[in-house]
Amino acid sequence: MKILSVENLSRSFGGIKANDNISFELDEGNILGIIGPNGAGKSTLFDLITGYTKADTGKVKFFEKNIFGLSPDKISNLGVGRTFQKLKPFADQTLLENVMIGAFVKEKNIKKARDRALEIIDFVDLLEKRHHFAKELSTGQRKRLEMARAMAIEPKLLLMDEVTGGVDQKTIPGLVDLIKKLKKTGVTIITIEHNINIIMEISDNVLALDQGKSIAFGSPREIQKNKQVIDSYLGTFDAA
Amino acid sequence: MESKLITAKSEPLWNTNNKVISIVFGLVILLFALPLFGLNSFYLHLFIMIFMHAVMAQSWNVIAGFSGQISLGHGAFFGIGAYATSFLYMQYGITPWISIFFGMFISAIFAVLIGIPMLRLSGHYFAIATLLIGISFQVVFQRWDLVGAASGLWVTMTPEDSWIALQFHSSKIPYYYVFLIFFLITFFAVWLLSRSKLGYRLRAVRDDPQAALSLCINVSNYKIIAYVISAMIMAPMGSLFAQYILIVDPDRVFNIEISIIVLLITVLGGIGNVWGPIIGASILIPISEYSRIYLGGTGGAVDLIFYGLILMIICIFRPNGLISFIPKDILERKKQR
Repeated sequence: MKILSVENLSRSFGGIKANDNISFELDEGNILGIIGPNGAGKSTLFDLITGYTKADTGKVKFFEKNIFGLSPDKISNLGVGRTFQKLKPFADQTLLENVMIGAFVKEKNIKKARDRALEIIDFVDLLEKRHHFAKELSTGQRKRLEMARAMAIEPKLLLMDEVTGGVDQKTIPGLVDLIKKLKKTGVTIITIEHNINIIMEISDNVLALDQGKSIAFGSPREIQKNKQVIDSYLGTFDAA
Repeated sequence: MESKLITAKSEPLWNTNNKVISIVFGLVILLFALPLFGLNSFYLHLFIMIFMHAVMAQSWNVIAGFSGQISLGHGAFFGIGAYATSFLYMQYGITPWISIFFGMFISAIFAVLIGIPMLRLSGHYFAIATLLIGISFQVVFQRWDLVGAASGLWVTMTPEDSWIALQFHSSKIPYYYVFLIFFLITFFAVWLLSRSKLGYRLRAVRDDPQAALSLCINVSNYKIIAYVISAMIMAPMGSLFAQYILIVDPDRVFNIEISIIVLLITVLGGIGNVWGPIIGASILIPISEYSRIYLGGTGGAVDLIFYGLILMIICIFRPNGLISFIPKDILERKKQR
């Protein structure tokens, strides 16, 4: 079943077309990887889908419901969770409190919300850090915090912006395993990644963007062989 | 791992410190007993001012400390409360016990009307807008004949002490208890708010509105809710103050100083914490009163210079407020590293 349909989505900032006629569809339970060089419009696409930025034209359907033009809180309420490229933890609150704020969407009772938050924190392997303030956590731990917080609203679709960006090499495998573990729960994922090996490893489909345009959409194998993608992003070494 | 989760779930929701609870209960009993020790009129007045300012600062703490919106015109709600009670008593003989709620209601309405357009502004712009709105209330009331214009309202005095009219001429003790009870109710209500789902969500709005939106939180609505709650806490203090001094005029109850003092008390006591306004008021109000008594007669505003100096010292050495003197493990949840 199609969980998300994006049709001809466009957004310009001044004279620059950040997203230009982007269209794709996503099946429930899949992982879609989005790749592209800096400034390709990847994060803008996330902002358009989640309502943080209003698109100039186009359609976004979530389970056949048109969510184009809805505010971010309404879109998240329908079951679209997200994380941010520039991390946005509630810095002066503990990890547990951060996740509880998400858990309150489904659980009205504080004790139940706390217990649900603990389960999610356990899922992201940060149980030991539950009482630490978000500002005390490392970047990798904050990435897990954002994932946990987004999971707490029990999303059907989760958009993750550069989960492995800005973390050290040792931390990356754990985060990749976490994305795979997350997929097993049934949640559909769209992830922006710069690490092409990770994208190829975890994605069912890949969308390649360049200068705001969609230049390729297909399986990781197809994308790896796509000449336009190789020229604009992968380069000959990675594509080999 | 499973056992660690079970252990985590079995933890109490709150880090209830029995020592703190005992101290708080002890202080409450002491506050109720204090007038029995024959406190003179000055000390009764001092405590009344502390209770009143602690509640006013707590009101500001809800909008600024919990939801992160710096309001510089909060004195408007104090004035609305003061005028509502006095006007209804003088015109229709309605007891202040009822008109206090009317003042709260009117303040809530104004908070919504001001909040809907103003809370779209962020940061400094919201602060500037509220500052101007606070001043505009003073200007309007100075020219509004129905409420006595610039001379204000002189509340009709009862011949004797009256609980119904909330007027006590022979002693300040009844006022002491009325303000104390309002102070305790407000503190308890805000303490409950800070631990509620609403409290969590307000702090999310304060810390990062963008992230809050991604968690189904309608940021604008929550800011308005905080503003309304804050206004409803402020208004009764205006009402009680009006009954305490029995004169309500625009220069007194819509004074910009009211908006500034609640900010000072909260920031210096500790913003975003229910204890902050209480600590701030307990220290700043006596300093203000004593510096006025001992230095006010110098004629050179030495009392204000001294007061300002103390504020500067606190800002420099305790930027997180006086609450930072209290050991963190008493106020925060225990960390398990």
